[in-house]
Amino acid sequence: MIEVQHLTKRYGRLTAVEDVSFRVERGEILGFLGPNGAGKTTTMRILTGYMPATDGKATVAGFDVFDQPIEAKRRTGYLPESPPLYPDMTVGEYLTFVAKVKGVASNERKSRISSVMERTRIADMAKRHCGKLSKGYKQRVGIAQALIHNPDVLILDEPTAGLDPKQIIETRQLIKELAGDHTIVLSTHILPEVSQTCQRVVIINKGKVVAVDTPDNLTSRLRGAETMYVQVDAGGASVAPVLAQVGGVTNVSPADANGATVGYEVESEHGHDVRRELARTVVSNGWGLLELRPMRVSLEDVFLSLTTEDAPANEPAPAPAEVVNE
Amino acid sequence: MSNILAIAHKELKSYFSSPIAYIVIGFFAFVYGYFYWVMLTYFVRASLQMGQMGGPQSMNINEQLIRPLLSNVTVVVLFVMPMITMRTYAEEKRSGTIELLLTSPLTDTQIILGKFLGALALYAVMLAVTLIHIGILFIYGSPEWKPLATAYLGLFLLGASFISLGLFISSLTKNQIVAGMVTFAVFLMFWVISWAGSVSSGGWVTDLTSYLSIIDHFDDFAKGVIDTKHLVYYISFICFGLYLTARSVDTERWRG
Repeated sequence: MIEVQHLTKRYGRLTAVEDVSFRVERGEILGFLGPNGAGKTTTMRILTGYMPATDGKATVAGFDVFDQPIEAKRRTGYLPESPPLYPDMTVGEYLTFVAKVKGVASNERKSRISSVMERTRIADMAKRHCGKLSKGYKQRVGIAQALIHNPDVLILDEPTAGLDPKQIIETRQLIKELAGDHTIVLSTHILPEVSQTCQRVVIINKGKVVAVDTPDNLTSRLRGAETMYVQVDAGGASVAPVLAQVGGVTNVSPADANGATVGYEVESEHGHDVRRELARTVVSNGWGLLELRPMRVSLEDVFLSLTTEDAPANEPAPAPAEVVNE
Repeated sequence: MSNILAIAHKELKSYFSSPIAYIVIGFFAFVYGYFYWVMLTYFVRASLQMGQMGGPQSMNINEQLIRPLLSNVTVVVLFVMPMITMRTYAEEKRSGTIELLLTSPLTDTQIILGKFLGALALYAVMLAVTLIHIGILFIYGSPEWKPLATAYLGLFLLGASFISLGLFISSLTKNQIVAGMVTFAVFLMFWVISWAGSVSSGGWVTDLTSYLSIIDHFDDFAKGVIDTKHLVYYISFICFGLYLTARSVDTERWRG
């Protein structure tokens, strides 16, 4: 549905995006993740035809965004970082205007407008002026505007920025509902958002793609070995050597201590579940087992390790611009 | 074409849903009404005196009232026009709505022409207000309509030229005030550029500056003459302004 090949954008001497390539399949939600200023907005602006790239190629729904911009734009809905609303217009007038310029046929306009207003739950705001809406409603009108011509591709630049927690959940839910009918690219710098909504993630840093994968694969790739957190109340007895005896355990290191209660990080061989053995060992020694849980590597760790210069050396090298088709 | 009209309609509507249209039209109508009153009073007094002295011919209402009146209107247009054009692009850039327009299936030309027509429509409404005063002259006097029509054609072309240039200046900045001030300064220069010609010793400087002066071309229209030279001047001025706007929008896009 979307194909980006070796996209580069330079502003004078500054390179905002360098050699970015990725693909998005039909019906997929792709998360575009990166710190502020990584080039997310620039890439999205190129995809939507707002600005041309210095080099490279991008096609949306089979149309080149540089050579056939009108055709590509007809099939793209775009929500910029701040919703592009005219404060003097009412929501109804605004959506009518957008429907006109997006080329919705005049006999379909009414039904399209009421259907997107229902979908984004803004029907009761039709007579309000856009300038007087709350941030959450503005964002919804922004999404309604992007949907009005029923585009194949939806490009959403930080759709949840500035919303309250309830609105964030609603917006994510809406985005998930929209996938399937639409192919969605959304950018964010909020990590949980990606693992919750996206099927695939492109991590971008300083204008370059550092990883393309599913959120699950990204987290498991960083995790070389399994790590368990065990909290034990042993009344001062030495626990670490005993835990190290358990089959499969490769390393035990104390993590935190609170009086007699000590927490340990227990590393084990990959694919070797040592939880049962650990629990049995602790209990059979007459100690109190207070907590036992696997330590998941979060997307935060992946993100930091990929976007920080002095990343740990044992981390598997990310394959840039690798496309994983699952 | 429907795209152009959609933009033009949006522009015109936004003039009227903000105070701009009312302030501009109100200001214009007030100043115009004042000019009208002063000049009409003067005209009436002068023609009474003429009658008492038994002059050979009565005063011509077209030559002695309408022509100087409409020439003075051009000054008001100079003041009012920047208020109409300053927001066209600057406001869209500041509020980010330009992203909506540039990512919609529209060409730059459609957007520019839409904005141009929207501003032109407001200007037409503004000129329509003055027809009320002229109508009164038709009730109590018998002016000739033909020179009147050419004068209005001239006013219309003059305004359209200003709009095309104002559109270009607005496309250069995000700041409406900057756009307005620069537009006013540039308009004023086009107004008074012929002064440079009149103080110099003549020759090509005089010819050039008087050709460039936007107001010198209006004189013949006010007299009731449609000269191709002036038509060409205004139409090429308009096209050049729109062309510059197109270049500016395109350049902006590349620079990002």
